[in-house]
Amino acid sequence: MRYIIVVILLNVFIGVADAFEVEDEELFAVENSRSQLRVLSNTDLAYVEPLILAYQKRNPSVSVLYTVASSKELFSAINNEQAKYDVVISSAMDLQMKLVNDGLAQAHDSSVADSMPRWARWRNLLFAFTQEPAVLLVSRAGMRNLKLPQNRQELLTLLRDNPDHFAGKIGTYDLRVSGAGYLFATQDSRQSDMFWRLAEVMGALNPKLYCCSSEMIDGLKTGEIILAYNVVGSYASAVLEKDSDGTIVPLSDYTHFMLRTALIPTTAERPELGGSFIDFLIDAQGRQLIDEAAGLPPIDGKALAKSQHFRPITLGPGLLVYLDRIKRGRFLKEWADAMVQP
Amino acid sequence: MKRRSMNHQGLSSGSLGRRLLMQLLFVAAVLSALLYLAVRSVANQAAVATHDNILGASATSIAEQLSSSGEGVVIDIPYSAFSMLGAISEDRVFYRIDSNEFTVTGYEDLPRPDLLPTLQSPLYYSTRLRGAKVRAVALMRVIPVNNKPVRVLIMVAQTRLGQNSITARVANTAAALGVGFFVVAGLMSWLATRSTVKPLHMVADAISRRGAHDLRALRSPIPSELEPLVSSLNDFILRLRDALHKTETFMAEAAHHVRTPLATVRTQAEIALRQAETDASRKTLRSVIRAVDESSRSANQLLDYAMITYRSEQLSKDSFDYSALVFDVMRVLSATAELKDVALDASVTPGIEFFGDRILIESALHNLLDNAIKYSPEDSVITLSLQKVNDQVRFKICDRGRGLGDINQSALTVRFQRGDNVKDVVGSGLGLTIVEHVAEVHRGSFEILAQKEGGTCATLLL
Repeated sequence: MRYIIVVILLNVFIGVADAFEVEDEELFAVENSRSQLRVLSNTDLAYVEPLILAYQKRNPSVSVLYTVASSKELFSAINNEQAKYDVVISSAMDLQMKLVNDGLAQAHDSSVADSMPRWARWRNLLFAFTQEPAVLLVSRAGMRNLKLPQNRQELLTLLRDNPDHFAGKIGTYDLRVSGAGYLFATQDSRQSDMFWRLAEVMGALNPKLYCCSSEMIDGLKTGEIILAYNVVGSYASAVLEKDSDGTIVPLSDYTHFMLRTALIPTTAERPELGGSFIDFLIDAQGRQLIDEAAGLPPIDGKALAKSQHFRPITLGPGLLVYLDRIKRGRFLKEWADAMVQP
Repeated sequence: MKRRSMNHQGLSSGSLGRRLLMQLLFVAAVLSALLYLAVRSVANQAAVATHDNILGASATSIAEQLSSSGEGVVIDIPYSAFSMLGAISEDRVFYRIDSNEFTVTGYEDLPRPDLLPTLQSPLYYSTRLRGAKVRAVALMRVIPVNNKPVRVLIMVAQTRLGQNSITARVANTAAALGVGFFVVAGLMSWLATRSTVKPLHMVADAISRRGAHDLRALRSPIPSELEPLVSSLNDFILRLRDALHKTETFMAEAAHHVRTPLATVRTQAEIALRQAETDASRKTLRSVIRAVDESSRSANQLLDYAMITYRSEQLSKDSFDYSALVFDVMRVLSATAELKDVALDASVTPGIEFFGDRILIESALHNLLDNAIKYSPEDSVITLSLQKVNDQVRFKICDRGRGLGDINQSALTVRFQRGDNVKDVVGSGLGLTIVEHVAEVHRGSFEILAQKEGGTCATLLL
């Protein structure tokens, strides 16, 4: 029966493990520490370290414990295990939204938080501090003399017209594993039917499926793939600066922006520290640091206004729809049917 | 105004205007409260209905995507089902889909409604979920699967923060509206009360402005509601005037009827005195004559007083020579003065023209001089003077008499009231009353003061 299959799938993806899986953990200790801020995040330490050090400059008596976990593990830590963290940072907007919707986040009110644009927060519970585009990554060398596609229609035509050239050379997220990939794919499917046509065409070309943006970028660098579809642009731009071969193409029909968000869970032992960290991330100095030191694009309405095709993914209960287990099951099945062709 | 309120303090049963204003304000307050409640409740109902409708639309959009496959019911929640809820407010959203009593997807802890909805219409209900109050809608659909009906119950719930914030905003607006209405209504009530009570004040003022002897009927235009009051007031004034007239006429008649026989008695007594042989009978007759004199003097004063009261109602004003009038009065009383060896020392500015009632003023001067002579000791001097002071004329008369005793002026000028040191002198107590009255009808003043060196000075300023 369909329901049972779905339940099994869900168990696999959301995870019901007793303890969530920690990928990395680091304690930023200070002398004479009076309190500890516990941060649970799916953002790599490398990006966040300068931010934490700057935060500690502002709050010299606070030591920071930074725990890295995947977005699903992180969700499960808060949702199932009531893990005690003061801030939860994740790029999985849908899972963050679900935590908030299910009443697992507590309110944070401050003048800094109130000054944020409406689209960059949900009530006084969820706050975005970066806006990261989903882009097409192309290896110039791999393209030979083929023309760079500027939108999805051109990409589709390119793949159809050159099946031999691109066979086995396309990379994209494995939606069954990657939260970000699933989010981008579901938003794509809402936007137009082109998503499913692309999936059909890509599926026929024996695509390589990746867990994460970094591996896709690595694959592009090693020449394993020529095109990487729906890569988080901020990661790509950070890595590709020294490598002129890789080119970031923000597709001109539409480019979704994922918002990296922070919330204070109800289980927080020091919610006021969590609040001060969120305020630090979104105030003017924090935005500058995110841009310059972390190399991530901070919240900036003007940057989004540059093109009418730039669309930040809306924070709101709509995101819960694709987390519905039946909806998710069907979507993944259809996607797998298209992508994983025998 | 002040005088009136003081006079009637004991009688007041509260202000009519204030009572009217209070009642109007009470009505305004009740209406304001009703307005507040009405606006609030209408807006609340509208907010609830709006949110319910969207909730219903969300559930319907899920229901419309239900279909049947060979294996079972296919559920495909459209993105818009929840995003439409997110569009109107930032509220938390919960849902649950049951198929034949078995929860297929969503929040299993979302309570079902107590009664199941019919197939035709959605059922709205309020409940609690995860510590939050939620508004929920339940929708029932029956989907045939392999020719067997499967009952699908769709429930969508939402916290009501958005609605509450609308309600709070509306409550503020409604409160402001209510207060504003009350202020405007209060202001208008005040103006209305003032204009309603104004004629009452006008009547009261018209009466209070009158002189003590002005007994004409009220003739100013008045609202119909006050007509009974004013007409009975006018009736009362008329009766009062009649009664006063009768009294004065009676007094004059009485005085007249007393005077004539008194004159006869005096003549007879004088004849008897001339023919009297013994000292004892002479003494008796002299005292009879003296008593008769005093009685006729009193009768004269009563006549004077009656006349004055009558004349003051229809005051005749003519120009006359005040100075000449003083000399006339002195001439009339010079014989009486000579009898007591009292000298009259007059310093009168000649030719002072005065505009007023000559007969009344003559009576006043006569009474003053008569009084002065009467209370002067033998062989003394009375000084009189008449001068222009600014645009008034001052008549002053001083004697060397016994003064006023312990009584004050206001008591002396009351009818039939006499000083407490004059028991041995015959008098009616009307003289100064007449003087005061004359001063009053001419809008002048009368003053009587004891002097340090003995005697009294009376000043009539007209």
